[in-house]
Amino acid sequence: MAKIIDDKPRPTVKDRVNTAVGDVQGSQAWSSIFRPGSIFRKGYTDSPRNRSYVIMNSVLYHLHPVKVKRHAVKVSYTLCLGGLSFFLFILLTVTGIFLMFFYRPEATAAWNDIQNLQTSVTFGLLVRNMHRWGAHLMVLAVFLHMARVFYHGAYKPPREFNWVIGVILLTLTLLLSFTGYLLPWDQLALWAVTVGTNMMGYTPVFGQEVRFVLLGGAEIGSETLLRWYVLHVLFLPFVIVIFMAIHFWRVRKDGGISGPL
Amino acid sequence: MTEIPEHLLKRAAAAREKSAEAAPAAEAPAEAAAPSDSRIPEALLQRSKAAKAAKAGGDAEAPSAGGAVAVAEKVGAVVAAAPAGGGVPIGAGPGGHTQRLLTVVKSGSIQDVKATPVDKVHTWPHLLAAEFVAALAMTVFVTIFSVFVHAPLLQLANTNLTPNPSKAPWYFLGLQELLTTFHPMVAGVTLPGVGLIALILAPYLDRNPSNKPEDRKFLYGLFTVFLMFWAVLVLIGSFFRGPGFNFVLPWVEGLFFEL
Repeated sequence: MAKIIDDKPRPTVKDRVNTAVGDVQGSQAWSSIFRPGSIFRKGYTDSPRNRSYVIMNSVLYHLHPVKVKRHAVKVSYTLCLGGLSFFLFILLTVTGIFLMFFYRPEATAAWNDIQNLQTSVTFGLLVRNMHRWGAHLMVLAVFLHMARVFYHGAYKPPREFNWVIGVILLTLTLLLSFTGYLLPWDQLALWAVTVGTNMMGYTPVFGQEVRFVLLGGAEIGSETLLRWYVLHVLFLPFVIVIFMAIHFWRVRKDGGISGPL
Repeated sequence: MTEIPEHLLKRAAAAREKSAEAAPAAEAPAEAAAPSDSRIPEALLQRSKAAKAAKAGGDAEAPSAGGAVAVAEKVGAVVAAAPAGGGVPIGAGPGGHTQRLLTVVKSGSIQDVKATPVDKVHTWPHLLAAEFVAALAMTVFVTIFSVFVHAPLLQLANTNLTPNPSKAPWYFLGLQELLTTFHPMVAGVTLPGVGLIALILAPYLDRNPSNKPEDRKFLYGLFTVFLMFWAVLVLIGSFFRGPGFNFVLPWVEGLFFEL
């Protein structure tokens, strides 16, 4: 009897793991989450058909086509600048939401909240630093992206309008960064914004009125902080997301990225 | 754009090579067949000649062979009209069949094929992998940088205490630099406004259809000057301006700059 049992080799740890993974991947719950063609689905093999399904059957199909021009995936062509600008926006959204939990946009509370965030909140200092440096990097990335597009002549027909959207996105990025600059309510924030908004007041005809509306008064104060907070965390992100959606959609409608040179 | 799969492209290239090899041999007979178009089979040419002759004859004796004329004029009605004419229809070939070759449509004469094959790769894994790596590298860089370099937090804002110098965020320091030379309306509104409008209008003003660097030397120069102009102004505003926004050398008097 014992001999017969021993004839059948005991399953190794590897076999057990494989069986367990197969069971999980074969379960109804798993297959309901990952659509056919997902690389996480049971029995995924690398074939041209499955490579198409990976995109076609995932939410990424909203962003990417199934195939792209061969030169479009060369890092030396795009330097990833557009994609990195978008990724930095996501990073800034995530870190920004974290910061919102610890911040009140009132002149009496804002600075203390930042101070407490840095000294008493777990990872508070790190996340604030990431938000700050990420913001500077995003301005830089958007700017370099514009230069890259210009030097490749990628604004030429049929992409003229997408370039215009891009200029709007650059402006919105600067405004997002500038409105965020005021929020720590320290000397740097107050006076940098004072310098910036004073210039704005010289716009002919309606300069003073625009400045009054943006500052919520004749001088920067508590009202300004609240206004710029709403602009920074809600209004401008809302607007920029709409323009980004149009920007990405037009990239595909205009035949993918430009080139090769 | 329509895409032609790689294996079909290869097959077409192979076929083209093969026909290029066979071409010298095929040229001689083609020339011999001139002056008539060699692509129309000899039998068809004969048939149309016969039809023309019959039609001419039919015109001469119109009352007796009216049916035959109608057949010749209306090619599509050949089969239907055949019994009326009696015997073998005019358009019938040597074997007696009644189909006719109306025309030979060469490829490209009616359909205008605009799609040109584009060399493409799958987004997964080629593009997604690159994007993932780029995003990961950026996250790692920002995180590690943030561990070691802290964002500035100066004293609580005080409207009665103006720091000297007071500087705008770095991306506006080019404008603040202009402010030292121009009236605030020119430096803060007119010049950036003109710059922004010029950027927006760039694709509509640039009528040169080429995207090759060698064809765009003037614009390359112009745009590079534009970028360098702002870059230099921002650098001067950031590092070379001290108390009273006066010119300083950073290695002599130190930095007056916060990010």
